Amino acid sequence: MSMFHFRSRSAPIARERLQILLAHERTASSHPDLLGVLREEILAIIGRHVTFEPDKVHIKMNRGKSVSTLAVDIEIPNVTPRTAGVMDRNARLTPNRSCNDSVVGLGVA
Amino acid sequence: MAQVLVVTSGKGGVGKTTSTAALGAALALAGEKVVVIDFDVGLRNLDLVLGAERRVVFDLINVIHGVARLQQALIRDKRLENLHLLAASQTRDKDALTEDGVARVIEELRGKFDWIICDSPAGIERGATLAMRHADTAIIVTNPEISSVRDSDRIIGLLDSKTIKAERGERIDKHLLITRYHQARAARGEMLSIDDVLEILLCPLIGIIPESKEVLRASNVGSPVTLNNAHSAPARAYFDAVRRLKGEQIPMLIPSESRGFLNTLFMRKAA
Repeated sequence: MSMFHFRSRSAPIARERLQILLAHERTASSHPDLLGVLREEILAIIGRHVTFEPDKVHIKMNRGKSVSTLAVDIEIPNVTPRTAGVMDRNARLTPNRSCNDSVVGLGVA
Repeated sequence: MAQVLVVTSGKGGVGKTTSTAALGAALALAGEKVVVIDFDVGLRNLDLVLGAERRVVFDLINVIHGVARLQQALIRDKRLENLHLLAASQTRDKDALTEDGVARVIEELRGKFDWIICDSPAGIERGATLAMRHADTAIIVTNPEISSVRDSDRIIGLLDSKTIKAERGERIDKHLLITRYHQARAARGEMLSIDDVLEILLCPLIGIIPESKEVLRASNVGSPVTLNNAHSAPARAYFDAVRRLKGEQIPMLIPSESRGFLNTLFMRKAA
């Protein structure tokens, strides 16, 4: 009897499977590649004003229960914006300048 | 002010068309002027459930393509003068539906009716997205079963992102209608309970339609269950849902087939 009773209670299993699946699908389908999109758009905006090396960009997202954080680290060489386009290559090659690189941090709740 | 209501689900076979017919008839009985539109191009069935299959001359696609005027395509129900049907095309494919065409038809209907009920096809393709596009309110039909609940979750996501209201940053009213519910089986843990489904989908409930042979009986004869047997359990559940849709606060009961003791005894013997 007890085994029969246990077998009939399949609804809790269905419920648990659904909760796990939907928690995953909701984050995935709402934005298939959220980090990729954010990265591209953030870089496009910053790239309009300063130059930087794309591989010196680090974007990290930490998902929490009620709040998630987004951290963006971009190394920007210290050059005046007006001459940035011309100076770019040289700036990268000068060790002194890269020592003074700034770091832009951005937190999003 | 006309209300555009989409009846949707993602999954097929959960009762969208049955519910569209039942809700449409119940609203018409309450004195509202109602049109039900079948968006399932190529696989129309709302005409059949309403018993109007032999009266379809022009359809939604004909109106969109300018072959017929809206007035020519609207089929008035023989039993309820307030209830009208705009059928889907059975011969064309779903690409015959155009965004502009649907917008024009809905706009014209808004001036003529109190309720415009869009019966969505299953799936998440063109027909389904166009059926929900103009909705002010959505009814998501869900069976207490995992694949239906999963698809409903997906549809809720689309309602919140792909409708005109959502794109304008406005809120679309979403309501869950649970159909084919079997209270005893849920109580035994054999079927997801109402609380399970609500907790997973986080969407307010508009009604619980119990599993009943009356639903099939009504569709067999081409009559909405709310007309065919207004006292049956599913019909009463649909009437309650309509009252909630119109803003009434009424307790959420699960109607059951009421049979007297003697009747039950007799039925048992007969069976």
